[in-house]
Formats: sequence, C-alpha cells, structure tokens
Amino acid sequence: MNYKIDFTPVIEGFPSLLMGCLGTLGLALGGMVLAVIVGIGGVMLRDSRSRPLRWGVIGFVELIRNTPFLVQIYFIFFALPLAGVRLDPTPTAIIALGINGGAYAIEIIRGGVQSIGKGQVEAGLALGLRKGQVFRLIVLKPALRAIFPSLASQFILLTLTTSIAAAISAYELTSVAQRIESDTFKSFEVYGTITLLYLAMSWLLMNAFNLIRSRYLSYPVR
Amino acid sequence: MGTGEYLFLFRGLQWTLALSAVAFACGALSGLPIALARTSPWPVLQRLTAGYIALFQGTPLLMQLFVTYYGLALLGLSLDAWVAVAIGFTLHASAYLGEIWRGAIEAVPSGQSEAAKALNLGYASRMVDVVLPQALRISLPATIGFLVQLIKGTSLAAFVGFTELARSGSQLSNQIFKPLLVFGIVGALYFAICWPLSLYGARLERRLAGTAR
Repeated sequence: MNYKIDFTPVIEGFPSLLMGCLGTLGLALGGMVLAVIVGIGGVMLRDSRSRPLRWGVIGFVELIRNTPFLVQIYFIFFALPLAGVRLDPTPTAIIALGINGGAYAIEIIRGGVQSIGKGQVEAGLALGLRKGQVFRLIVLKPALRAIFPSLASQFILLTLTTSIAAAISAYELTSVAQRIESDTFKSFEVYGTITLLYLAMSWLLMNAFNLIRSRYLSYPVR
Repeated sequence: MGTGEYLFLFRGLQWTLALSAVAFACGALSGLPIALARTSPWPVLQRLTAGYIALFQGTPLLMQLFVTYYGLALLGLSLDAWVAVAIGFTLHASAYLGEIWRGAIEAVPSGQSEAAKALNLGYASRMVDVVLPQALRISLPATIGFLVQLIKGTSLAAFVGFTELARSGSQLSNQIFKPLLVFGIVGALYFAICWPLSLYGARLERRLAGTAR
C-alpha cells in the first residue's frame, strides 16, 4: 500500500474551504427564503377555488417529492437557458433548491394551516377583517408556531442537499473540495474534513432555529 | 431517441433498483440492532447509537458516500465500485431506519412491555413477541417514506462513477444533446417507481390514524 494519509492539502486549502462553507450557507439561506415563498404561494393556490390551480399544485408537490434532486437540478440547469433565462450556476442552484424545498414546505405549511380551527377564520371574517388579513393574522402566525419544528428540520435537510449543487459547479463547499481533491488526490482527507464542516453547520443551524423558536415563537406564560 | 437509447436508460434503471433493494435490505438488517440498542436500558449503547444516528442525519448523503468510497480504498480493500457504493448506502439506511424504528418502538404503549414483564417474559420474547410486531405496524408509513428517499438518493452514486439511472441519463444527454428530453424521461422513470410507493405509504398512514386509539 503506497497511499499515505496527508492532511497538508486540507490545511493549505482550509481558508478556501471556509469560504466554501459561506457559499453553502448562502445557497441554503437563499433556498430557504425561496422555499417559504413557494410554500406560502402554493398553499394559497392549493386551497383556491379554481380546480386547475388546485390540481396543478398537487401535481407539482407529487412530482418534486418523487424525483431525485439531482435530476431536478440538471433539468432546471438546462431548461432555464431554453426559457431565455441566463444565470450562473449558483443562482440556478438557489432556484432549484427553492423549488425543491418549496414542494415540501407546501405540505408542511398546509398541515399548519389546517390545524387552525374554521371557527377562528369565521370569527375573523365576522369582525370585518379582509381575507388577506385573516390569512396573515389569524392563520399564518399561529400556524407558523405549530409547524416551526418540522420546517426547521426540513431546512437542515435542505442545507445538506446543497452539496448536490456541486453537480452544476455552483459555488459551495463540495465543489471547493472537489477542486482541491482533483489537484491533490487526497480524497479521503478532503471529504472527511468537509463532512465534519457540514456536521458543524447543521449543528449551528439547529441551535439557531431553537433560539428563534424560544425567542419569538413560544407562547408567553399565561 | 431510439430503442438503443431507451435500452441504455433501462439498464441504468435496473442498477438503480438493484442498489436500492440491496441498500434497503442490508440497511434494515443492521438498522434493527441499532434501534434496539438505542432503546435498550444500557446508557453506553444508547449514547453510541444516538451519536451514530446524529452523525448520519447531520451530514450530506453525498459526503457519506464519498467518505465510505474513498475510506474503503484507503483500508486497502480494492472493492468493486458497486460493492463500495452499496456499503455506503447501507450505512446511511441503517442510521435512518434505526431512528425511525426507535421512534416506533417508543410509540408502543409502555403498558405492553410492562405486562410482558409481569408475565415473566425475557427481553428477547418481550421484544419479538410483544413490542416489535406492534412497532412494525406503527413504523410502516415512515419506513416506506424512507424507502422512497433512498431510491431517490441512489442517484448520488453517479458522483462516484457508478452508472445507475441518473448517470445513464447524463451520459446519454451528453451524447445526443437533448438534456431536457433525457432528464424528463429519467425523472418520469424515478416518478413511476416512487409515486406508487408514496401513495401506498400515505394510505397506510391514513389507515393507521383511523384505527389507532
């Protein structure tokens, strides 16, 4: 066996690996924001009066949840230019992550919305609130409390999924690592190290979500 | 796309199915002891398995594959790509199934194992005859949900050069320059496998919610 474990390339490349972490967090954050927008929009369409819209949302959710993200990101990567949208790989990856995360967010948010009693909505309408106000004040905020834990774990999953964006060479940790690996062939050392970096990032996010929950989303003591 | 191209994709599909089946079967075999250790009365076993599960849930599947793939090579094992990838997915599946089944075992009302203890059943009999059959029923929807996730996950084997469905797709699209058509078909094939499973899982979940309590 003539392979020697050697962490020199990892140590030398550590600054760029840390930059890669920022890239990963950027992708994840962009994806989360987009996923929430897609999720809320999807729920509104999903429960709208128009049957084609409702079925469209159901079809979208099923399609995204039952195909691999790798295939989705390839498809979007090649489809956007044909639709006349020219974007770099990194924004393309954010769009793909937002669409993928959005499909899961629709189901989660919808579950939260359904947990709000019908009587509360009717009470809001009876008090003269407009439909948008009822949705925002009576449905969305309490629902957010109910769904935050599942949304948070979905977001952590989305952060781990960003590594697949290396397939279209978006700027994130895995693609930075791939570059170091192809220069130095120290595959195990490089990927072992960034596995720990991913672990640290998901731990960090988990704590951040817990903090947000205890600060802003827990009920005051009555 | 002619017959040859479709055959090429179908060969990839076969590998996807084979890899999913092997990973699920081996993952289930090793996931059960993990779930049992996680719910056992011994703190050392509990903590070890909790760490194992947290490690796999906190890192990307792609990294798990890379590390096992290159790690096995480092150990001096010159394994076939297919075996190395299968080991990677098995480890992944064992952690996730271990966690799902831990939840199911804990969801069985404690009166059940207390009654079994009162009847003087030993640990093995208590688990095999009383707790696990009920836990199995509870865990089925989540287990099927994970199987769908695993099938989709096998697409990442493409990154280490294993030619399953997703990699067959990118190879083909590089040849015939019709990425949208090829990835559309590849996506449809994944969908055709995963969707019925998802529907079945959702039906089981509804039935379980209906009969429980």
